[in-house]
Amino acid sequence: MALNIEDIQRIAYLARIEINEQEAATTLTKLSGILGLIEQMQAVNTEGIAPMSHSQDLTQRLREDVVTQTNQREAFQAIAPLTESGLYLVPKVIE
Amino acid sequence: MEWEVVIGLETHTQLKTNTKIFSGASTTYGAEPNTQACEVSIALPGVLPVLNKQAVECAIKFGLAIDAEIAPRSVFARKNYFYPDLPKGYQISQYELPVVGKGKLTIQVPATKHSEAYEKTIHITRAHLEEDAGKSVHGAVEGMSGIDLNRAGTPLLEIVTEPDMRSAAEAVAYAKKLHELVQWIDICDGNMQEGSFRCDVNVSVRPKGSDKLGTRREIKNLNSFKFMQQAIEYEAQWQIDTLEDGGKIQQATVLFNPDTGETRAMRSKEEANDYRYFPDPDLLPLAVSEADKARVKALMPELPEAMKARFEAQHGLSSYDAATLTASRDTADYFTAVVQAGAEAKPAANWVMGALSAKLNAEEKTIQASPVSAVQLAQLLKRIQDNTISNNAAKQVFDALWAAEGDVDAIIAAKGLKQESDSGAIEAIVDEVLAANPAMVEEFKAGKEKAFNALVGQAMKASKGKANPAQVNEILKKKLS
Amino acid sequence: MTNSIINASLAQLSQMLASKQVSSVELTQAFLTRIQQHNPTINAYIALDNEKTLAQAQAADARIAAGDAEALTGIPFAQKDIFCAKGWKTTCGSKMLANFVAPYDAHVISQFDAVGAVNLGKTNMDEFAMGSSNETSYFGGVKNPWDFDRVPGGSSGGSAAAVAARLCAAATGTDTGGSIRQPASLCGFTGLKPTYGLVSRYGMIAFASSLDQAGPMAKSAEDCALMMNVMAGFDARDSTSLDRPKEDYTRGLSAVTGSQPLKGLRVGLPKEYFATGLDAGVSKVVQDAIAEYRKLGAEMVDISLPNSQLSIPVYYVLAPAEASSNLSRYDGVRYGHRTAEYDDLLDMYMKSRAEGFGAEVKRRILIGTYVLSAGYYDAYYLKAQQIRRLIAQDFTEAFKQCDVIMGPTAPSTAFKAGEKADDPVAMYLQDVYTIATNLAGLPGMSIPAGFSNGLPVGLQIIGNYFDEARMLDVAHAYQQVTDWHQAMPKGIE
Repeated sequence: MALNIEDIQRIAYLARIEINEQEAATTLTKLSGILGLIEQMQAVNTEGIAPMSHSQDLTQRLREDVVTQTNQREAFQAIAPLTESGLYLVPKVIE
Repeated sequence: MEWEVVIGLETHTQLKTNTKIFSGASTTYGAEPNTQACEVSIALPGVLPVLNKQAVECAIKFGLAIDAEIAPRSVFARKNYFYPDLPKGYQISQYELPVVGKGKLTIQVPATKHSEAYEKTIHITRAHLEEDAGKSVHGAVEGMSGIDLNRAGTPLLEIVTEPDMRSAAEAVAYAKKLHELVQWIDICDGNMQEGSFRCDVNVSVRPKGSDKLGTRREIKNLNSFKFMQQAIEYEAQWQIDTLEDGGKIQQATVLFNPDTGETRAMRSKEEANDYRYFPDPDLLPLAVSEADKARVKALMPELPEAMKARFEAQHGLSSYDAATLTASRDTADYFTAVVQAGAEAKPAANWVMGALSAKLNAEEKTIQASPVSAVQLAQLLKRIQDNTISNNAAKQVFDALWAAEGDVDAIIAAKGLKQESDSGAIEAIVDEVLAANPAMVEEFKAGKEKAFNALVGQAMKASKGKANPAQVNEILKKKLS
Repeated sequence: MTNSIINASLAQLSQMLASKQVSSVELTQAFLTRIQQHNPTINAYIALDNEKTLAQAQAADARIAAGDAEALTGIPFAQKDIFCAKGWKTTCGSKMLANFVAPYDAHVISQFDAVGAVNLGKTNMDEFAMGSSNETSYFGGVKNPWDFDRVPGGSSGGSAAAVAARLCAAATGTDTGGSIRQPASLCGFTGLKPTYGLVSRYGMIAFASSLDQAGPMAKSAEDCALMMNVMAGFDARDSTSLDRPKEDYTRGLSAVTGSQPLKGLRVGLPKEYFATGLDAGVSKVVQDAIAEYRKLGAEMVDISLPNSQLSIPVYYVLAPAEASSNLSRYDGVRYGHRTAEYDDLLDMYMKSRAEGFGAEVKRRILIGTYVLSAGYYDAYYLKAQQIRRLIAQDFTEAFKQCDVIMGPTAPSTAFKAGEKADDPVAMYLQDVYTIATNLAGLPGMSIPAGFSNGLPVGLQIIGNYFDEARMLDVAHAYQQVTDWHQAMPKGIE
């Protein structure tokens, strides 16, 4: 599954990382190298093997439905790039 | 060509919990922006999700209510996309393994000018737990959008149907039935204005008789039944017109504009949606055991279907009446309270569905806010039952109760509505009527049954409506025989 | 006094504090002085706040005076900059978070605070823990105290250099594919990556959630055991935190006595860990260590981990996939870097992220995005998860034959700065022996076992789930009869 420059542009867009043409070319070389490493997996027969997401075979613990958090807006927005009247500001969102 | 409309719904119901699905932040509606956006809600680096027990119980309740299989093991996945109201850059949802599997819901489609009322079973594909996003606020600052993350992380149950509905009326009947059900089992407050119950409707059309689905367009975020009806009707007609004009339907997400009554496609910036779902490594599989199900089941109220069957069997109500009374939990509770307070079931049903319902509708009141309490209505019905008042007089008493003029017996006394049940007095009136109307008596004797009713009417009139009609009947019959 | 302090074990420091031989303020000041002296060269710390640090030391002294001290009260530690610490700049080695002052404490930080330990500062690291040399840090590389031309390993390179150069009593680290153990090997100290789930990840900035685990980086196994007593434990805020009874990780140490303290211990030697790719000098040191273990009574068993060569490919699918999603929150909206000028929302996202992340982080985000994208998920992500199970099963089989597994920690000693910086694949091979334990969720540690060409070499010990106490005993036994762990780099006395 060889990568091409369009793949790089597409995944960079999906990941919302701006990438110019030159960077795309370098990235293509490096990612191709990494994918070459990854390709080794394809030689393994994994038919019927359950995928492993977690190292322990446990199930989800549930939290009681009790309010434990208090308003910390001031502290949280002190580190925000841009706020106004308690709102985080971003360039206009158009639907 | 004749066309068939095919509709499926995806409904986001906001679950009734104190806290968010993955954090201990409050979910109270209407707080100041971002005051309920805790460290998890705003996705600070390093924070982690822990699942809310109550949200899971709500999902189990719903699964039990639609007779669905509840997955012994379900998995939370990440749906990855960038949007400013989605703080983590992914939504935690259930993808391949949802907590609730296939179920069904029977709907009652009301009669119209062209068709009779009918029942239909809608198949539910799945229902899964997920977190809500925040809100974008426009207009606060020129050229910018404000992000409020109070809603981010609010628990939702997304309920998905098969494409089983064939008209706007069916879709609305389903949505209403579901809306009632989630309130009935107390998992959602049903407040559509606050966005607690939001419907996305998938609409496609196909030539009648075809078994292939047409290309669908999804109408997003409908928050009233009226708009749903209008939006589907407009959208279906638009699709039919487009196809008949030789056009093609493109899969799209559309919005309904209530002002114009039209649907229009959203700017499709979404061309390359690739959500890259994968199991969330921060959460473990959700296990629901038989014991969990039994425990939740014990907490559940009697379901509408079961209650309907019971009303038919126990009270001898018609299927239609039983369905009407169990259409909402509040109505059913009211009716039950009337019967428990000593009223006979059938007249109680008639009054709840008749006079009470009419008055509530006229004044746009909910049954919970009815000025006439269930106990008062029961008292009124008892007075009809024991012949203290006639049905006609009862209507006057009811109006007086509505206007808070006092209790039932006080109103009867004050208005002098007590009916005449003294057989001696009634006999005297009947005698007078017979004497005054010899022609009618002759007609009756000649075989004209109608004349009998006219004589009853005269007697009732003579008593100023207070005579017990049954007694008048009986005495008159005796005298004429 | 300084030398007796900086080389002292945690137990000795605790004893000195309890007997008022030294105060926490004096102890802390001694390290702060050393930091002031050496950090400009070594670059181990990227955030220091002497005022905060000394206030903690004063509070610790008060606590000691009140007779309320615990084992680590008053002892100064370095904290990897991956842990959020309230009021501290917490950058994760990234420009993205260069100005991020954490508004809350990570569980690990709270645990140290609760016992009255002192936070000396935040240590340098590879950006978002992605690297094996500390060269991907936005704040510059870290020098290996044994040879300033060489890297300390990574990603916990700052903590590693701080421990090796005695710029702290001990440090914390995190290990996703070897980030505690490989630097421990390259800098010559003892580091432990616990069983996944023993130490809460709450407040630890995520790289690859299903693999990340915090652990101690210290001079000896005994020190690591004392730190584990503080770090490990159930935390309800982390769904993957294991709800187990509290353990005393030092419980077996004192029983490690006599000439053959490890009699009966079966040590598995995986043949795959001694195959091609292993540096000859490293191999020699590891073999010598194994010989020493034989003397201590251990019995060697040949084992095989047949799928271990797949651990790197599997890791470089799973870790980037999880990372690509974990790092989506850095969008310039609520905190972190936002580009100065932008046309619209998309432009703001694209530029903020392009500017805020370094090259290696971007590479991993892109790889992760790719392997999860439509059409590739089954071939990459799902396949990797299946092989992950095979790798874990290899260990399950192996532990039927042995109690612990030993082998090299890293394939070579510390390499020169810049040597592998431009070749990601070569860099990734640094973790060839460590990654499999992360995939399986097993505990692993590295202990100093000697030198090759003047550079430290680590011996890796891998244990079964929750077998940390035994691993620490095994390491302690070796450290009772060797002094590699006490060696200190020259020129920084």
